[in-house]
Amino acid sequence: MATLEIDRVKKSYGQMDVLKEVSISVGDGDFLVLLGPSGCGKSTLLNMIAGLEDITAGEIRIAGEVVNDLSPKDRDIAMVFQSYALYPTMTVRQNIEFGMKIRGVPAAERAKATQAAADMLQMGHLLDRRPSQLSGGQRQRVAMGRAVVREPKLFLFDEPLSNLDAKLRVDMRTEIKRLHQRLGTTIVYVTHDQIEAMTLATRIAVMKDGIVQHFGPPQEVYDRPANTYVARFVGSPAMNIIPATLHVGADGRAEAAVSLPSGEARIAGIALSAAALKGYHGQKVLLGIRPEHFSLTAGAGLAVQIDVVEPTGPDTLAVFTMGGTEVIARLEPFAAAAGDRLALAVKEDKVVIFDAATETRLD
Amino acid sequence: MATDRRSARRARLIGRAFIYGALIALAAFYLMPLWVMIVTSLKSLDEIYSGSFIGMPQAVTFEAWGKAWSTACIGTKCEGLQPYFVNSLMMVIPAVILSSGIGAINGYVLTKWRFRGSNIVFGMLLFGCFLPFQAVLLPMAQVLGRLGLAGSIPGLVLVHTVYGIAFTTLFFRNYFITIPDELTKAAQIDGAGFFRIFFSIMLPAALPIIVVSCIWQFTQIWNDFLFGVSFTAGESSPVTVALNNIVNVTMGRKQYNVDMASAMIAAIPTLVVYVVAGRYFVRGLTAGAVKG
Repeated sequence: MATLEIDRVKKSYGQMDVLKEVSISVGDGDFLVLLGPSGCGKSTLLNMIAGLEDITAGEIRIAGEVVNDLSPKDRDIAMVFQSYALYPTMTVRQNIEFGMKIRGVPAAERAKATQAAADMLQMGHLLDRRPSQLSGGQRQRVAMGRAVVREPKLFLFDEPLSNLDAKLRVDMRTEIKRLHQRLGTTIVYVTHDQIEAMTLATRIAVMKDGIVQHFGPPQEVYDRPANTYVARFVGSPAMNIIPATLHVGADGRAEAAVSLPSGEARIAGIALSAAALKGYHGQKVLLGIRPEHFSLTAGAGLAVQIDVVEPTGPDTLAVFTMGGTEVIARLEPFAAAAGDRLALAVKEDKVVIFDAATETRLD
Repeated sequence: MATDRRSARRARLIGRAFIYGALIALAAFYLMPLWVMIVTSLKSLDEIYSGSFIGMPQAVTFEAWGKAWSTACIGTKCEGLQPYFVNSLMMVIPAVILSSGIGAINGYVLTKWRFRGSNIVFGMLLFGCFLPFQAVLLPMAQVLGRLGLAGSIPGLVLVHTVYGIAFTTLFFRNYFITIPDELTKAAQIDGAGFFRIFFSIMLPAALPIIVVSCIWQFTQIWNDFLFGVSFTAGESSPVTVALNNIVNVTMGRKQYNVDMASAMIAAIPTLVVYVVAGRYFVRGLTAGAVKG
């Protein structure tokens, strides 16, 4: 159990900067997810926390202690790898006990800890098998067991579910969440899957090109993404980014003018700070609207023509053109058919506005 | 329909018969020298000189084998192959263990503990695989002379170890590169150090390649003639050199049966190694340990 502080950490390989001044700090018992596409530096950062890669500049502190120059074994961490990294010639029991053996834990204690971990992860019957005799999900459990017996200050997970099939992935996701709830240990978890990030995290750091784009609680990342990159990366289907012009409305709040095939329409009542409102009056901006924040309306709304509908079961995704770009709305089943002309309302308090040039969110 | 099917079957049978006939004939042709060696070694000298070379022996006798092992004359000494066979064992066992061991550590370092320029080091080691024996004879002789190992078994052990490292490193490096780096990382987090990881994780997983490396090195070193004949003389020669001396130096009638028996005695250890360890060749112990 510990806090983790990543303080202006940099990583360079020669001339190439892989991480550029990353600062993240999470409290005791937090579940931090590092989210980003491959090559964004998230795994490098995890390896640096683990001590498997050197830190070029900056500091990493676990429970307040600077660990920059500590070797992995002295950082009191445990790690679960994407490929599970089980020792192939050892049985499950030997795999789990290997670390304890090296630390000189007496045999009786080792056996007890192994049994406790096996009970918790329901893998008692697997203890005498070899990794090659296990299924993917079972290997995942063993890898988690190996981490659990260490009772570390910090758990590190490196894309642990990527090698599993879709159904198992959902099961193991629940398993990891349960593990976190039961142990309350601080976790750092790397993934490129935004659903995993949303479901597991108490804090998400969205990364791209070695820079943290947004660091915050999942709902904040979802509702008020720091820029259009985050907006597009988190959520499926992604947040619609629509070109518009910003005006000061009659009520003193922001009003966005968007072009529709039928002419110009206005979305009024958008919350925006006075400073931003003043600065961007009459300017081109980008609107961010989540698909579920559109709804059918009987009254006056945005008059759109539906191009394509994609029924998913619980709802129907309707595709139409707005502001010269393709926009997706999440509507009720059978609410729309291709070719329909519909009036749509927008939850204006959920709309976010980005600068057209920098694509960062305006407050 | 029925006759069609029957004739198709007959055509296939004829084809099969032709294929197997050809294979058996070629195999017999290939095995002919071995056959001649075996039957000749089991005949008495008189029988050989009386004619039949290929036929079965009239009276099986192991006299030639006994002679080849303990009384055949090499130079002025008549002790048979026995002492030279022991020489070869004294050379091959340490040389195989040393060259395979060093190759294993090299391969481990070159894949799991890469350093700046490690690829260049590996490239240069590979170069050693293409270096012909003849090219190193003179420099090697000088080195052995300076070290005071000239003409001795330990000298040969050194030569074969050094020469073998290029091959064994190649084997182990190419094997260890297929073992995911995450395994080393996991072990580091578990607290294992350089040698702990090597002995507890890498070596047990490398059993198939250890066997390959040992078989390869054993065959190379046991069968080597050039280094043996160049760097040793007289009593410290390996069995290949002694065999040459038995066969090529004769007084009186040429003793074909003893020659054949000697050649087979010299070849038996490599055969035994293949028979005993060959099945490990195909084992892939890390299979399935990595992905789901």
